[in-house]
Amino acid sequence: MRLLPPIPDRLKPAPKRPGTAAPQKPLELVQEAGISAVDWIDERTSLSGGLRWLLFRKVPKGTNWFYTLGSATLFAFLSQAVTGVFLAMYYRPDVAGGAYESVRYITNYAFLGEFVRGMHKWGSSVMVILVFLHMARTFFFGAYKYPRELNWVIGVTLLILTMVMSFTGYLLPFDQRAYWATIVGVNINGTGPLIGPYLSDFLRAGPEFGATTLSRFYAIHMLLVPGLIAALVGAHLYLVAKLGTTAPPWLKAEHKEPELEAKAKA
Amino acid sequence: MPDERKPKKSPYTADRNMPGAFEGETVTRRRFMTATVHGAGAVAASAFALPALAFALGPVFTRQKFDWQLVGNVTDFPTDTYIPRVVAIVAGIGEAGKSTVYMRRRNPAFDKDKPDQYNRIIAISTRCMHLGCPVRYVEAAERFICPCHGGVYDFTGQRTGGPPVRPLDRFYTEIRNGNEVWVGPRYSVNSELHRFSPRDPGEDTDGIGQYLYPARFSTPKK
Ligand code: HEM
Ligand code: FES
Repeated sequence: MRLLPPIPDRLKPAPKRPGTAAPQKPLELVQEAGISAVDWIDERTSLSGGLRWLLFRKVPKGTNWFYTLGSATLFAFLSQAVTGVFLAMYYRPDVAGGAYESVRYITNYAFLGEFVRGMHKWGSSVMVILVFLHMARTFFFGAYKYPRELNWVIGVTLLILTMVMSFTGYLLPFDQRAYWATIVGVNINGTGPLIGPYLSDFLRAGPEFGATTLSRFYAIHMLLVPGLIAALVGAHLYLVAKLGTTAPPWLKAEHKEPELEAKAKA
Repeated sequence: MPDERKPKKSPYTADRNMPGAFEGETVTRRRFMTATVHGAGAVAASAFALPALAFALGPVFTRQKFDWQLVGNVTDFPTDTYIPRVVAIVAGIGEAGKSTVYMRRRNPAFDKDKPDQYNRIIAISTRCMHLGCPVRYVEAAERFICPCHGGVYDFTGQRTGGPPVRPLDRFYTEIRNGNEVWVGPRYSVNSELHRFSPRDPGEDTDGIGQYLYPARFSTPKK
């Protein structure tokens, strides 16, 4: 059985020197309390092993800034999730004009509303750009090859889900641009042969843009797809930790493998 | 040579060293239990998954109603140009449910389709048949022009330029009580103005397109 990575020395509590008094100063007491709280949880969950497995991985030589693009995408997603939750406190998915009014209220009157909405609106573009940059990184570094194909497939699903977020979110301000862009978007979808017309009906909840189209898009945008993305990012990261990351393609193997070379010669 | 046959396997899980086996449990009994537990799980999961799915898919199979709307008197409508009228395509949701319709009286000089009770007044939909932007009737050019990707239609709604795939849709109209003009649901046409149930923009009604984009269950009937 492979052992979990050990706790780095820095984090190991030093044994007490003989004759040291029990902690007394407030700082020491706080430290002590923190340690025993963590110990209490760890004794009952054994979480620290998993954390060590996740965090103290070996990374290949040559790991560089491009490897941060995946985490950057993740942070963009988290930013979207947090700002989105707070936008939902003011937003009303009401087709008869309430949706537009609620967005106008957020932008013009709610405290910091313009800022939070701006974060969400610009952040959505940032996330799409980052997903593509991260995808380009894994492609050009050959990181999609065996045994990481499944992570590529999960990644493609995440890409599609990110697009679904963009499409469904675009309708929510419910201004002229949102309305017509959605009409056009649903109709593009409807040009798929045979099932296209029914897919459009599904998206619109009927043959025309109707009373529940907006709430349908809102539910997909804030409940369905974020949940799917969070779950798939979990699987994505599990595979990253399990398989390790790839070395950059320009790196040559450092250790010669004499047995293999001998075999190759023979 | 009966003794050369494979020895019959014991029906007991314990004899077969199966993981989790216990005294007296047979393989059949274990299979039965497994199937029961899986079956119960499937029933429990379907109990919320199926209604949720039906809830989401319901509108695809629900035929919508359309209320005919009175839009004016016969004499309001010219024969050589269009005037706009606004109809509620979807009732009860305000502006988002309304659509502009260009209307005129039938004129045998342009209208070669078979006359019947539904086209004595011509009502042209403003939904562009490329991807659904709103077209505008431009009087000087006698053409319908789309602002989005340059779709152009002639006076009768036939495509003359740009990416649209079929002529502009029309609405059923009726003259009731001698003089009142009523507008009914939308229908689609092909390039010979043959009527189809309402299609979405981007869906061809000529050639193979009429089979690739079948009629839907949700569109209102006249
Ligand atoms: C919501 C979107 C995504 C998030 C949050 C995300 C997150 C991450 C993170 C944090 C890593 C590890 C660090 C790194 O190598 O950058 C990673 C690795 C990886 N990602 Fe993504 N990713 C996303 C989308 C995608 C897409 C669209 C693809 C490709 C189609 C993809 C393919 C991969 C692959 C193959 C790896 C393994 C890289 C290696 O082993 O070197 N991911 N992802
Ligand atoms: S929607 Fe009219 S030309 Fe594209």
